[in-house]
Amino acid sequence: MNVIIGTQENFEQEVLKSDKPVLVDFNADWCGPCKMLSPIVHQLAEEQNKFKVVSVNIDDQDLLAEDYDVSSIPCLVAFRNGKEFAREVGFRPKDDILEMMEG
Amino acid sequence: MYDILIVGAGPAGMTAAIYARRASKSVLVLEAKTYGGQIVNTPDIENYPVAAHISGFDFATKVYEQAAALGAEFKFEKVTDIADNGDYKTVTTPKHTYEAKTVILATGSENRKLGLPDEDKLTGRGVSYCATCDGAFYRKKVVAVVGGGNTALEDALYLADLAEKVYIIHRRDAFRGEEANAARIAAKENIEVLWNSQVTKLIAEKKLSAIEVTNKDGSVQTLEINGLFVAVGRIPENQNFAKLIELDDAGYVKAGENCLTNVPGIFVAGDNRVKEVRQLVTATGDGAVAATAAIRYLNEG
Repeated sequence: MNVIIGTQENFEQEVLKSDKPVLVDFNADWCGPCKMLSPIVHQLAEEQNKFKVVSVNIDDQDLLAEDYDVSSIPCLVAFRNGKEFAREVGFRPKDDILEMMEG
Repeated sequence: MYDILIVGAGPAGMTAAIYARRASKSVLVLEAKTYGGQIVNTPDIENYPVAAHISGFDFATKVYEQAAALGAEFKFEKVTDIADNGDYKTVTTPKHTYEAKTVILATGSENRKLGLPDEDKLTGRGVSYCATCDGAFYRKKVVAVVGGGNTALEDALYLADLAEKVYIIHRRDAFRGEEANAARIAAKENIEVLWNSQVTKLIAEKKLSAIEVTNKDGSVQTLEINGLFVAVGRIPENQNFAKLIELDDAGYVKAGENCLTNVPGIFVAGDNRVKEVRQLVTATGDGAVAATAAIRYLNEG
């Protein structure tokens, strides 16, 4: 699967109503650690089918970032059945993210 | 068995890897997170020779590519222990044990926290350690900066251009930072300094909404704020080597400009060493010095 670009319009459908867990990566173009994380997030989307991966650009989607109380990036938020079940702020290695999604 | 094992893939560690590979030594770099270190958070570097402007991300990526192209091996594992077996060292991570003839410690430093309850939980929910990274979330909002050094002053000046109001909370009655910065702070109408004061409580439901500030005279006030930027210094990441390597009272590795530690065959490079100037250019300089010392140690047997 590819990384889905998350927007206010598709967030409910792609994240909250998803039948699989979803990893949401809140990021911005100007954020160095976000760029470090980006290839890992793309790998996770391509390599496995257990969860979906959605990328939200906080400059384009500032209201979405505000709705989910995101105030530092990169911020990874894990959703299952429409509810947040885990959150990590800052760069995380791939294994940590896989572990987080197991939670 | 590696010739040189480098702990930390920041500018110091990666420069050491470049020098070591150019001397044809086998090199493993172990890094807990990702390559680059704290420079990755810097949007624009303006004081490194040759590059008038370069982002920390681009800088780190170029150095990484340079070291990797020369044949340095990188693994992303956190080093938890180092043992000295005389002519070789054992380096432990949660998953593996590595052996190397020499080790260069280039672990850098991490942000010092305030140590208040819920601080970790609120990081990313109103509590931040990096104004240039997270300032954009506080346009037209009210923020506070804790600290009185240059980082705190620069953070406050940066935030003053974005936020509606910036408080500076400083435990002394004067700044430690440069006078030029202090003068610029004094000239900003939307910065208010609370002297002789400390943050004593973080108030939050889902995210930070206020802080309790206690003055030296015992008076307590609550400030309603959206964001708190903590700039109270950094802590060297040497805790895992403390039983082997001599550290000073603040936790920095005791070593001079020659980057030699108390253990033969173990060297130190970058921000986790006792030094006067902690800059990108001094970190890369340390990388060269430490690698050259390790190469000499290996060649002289």
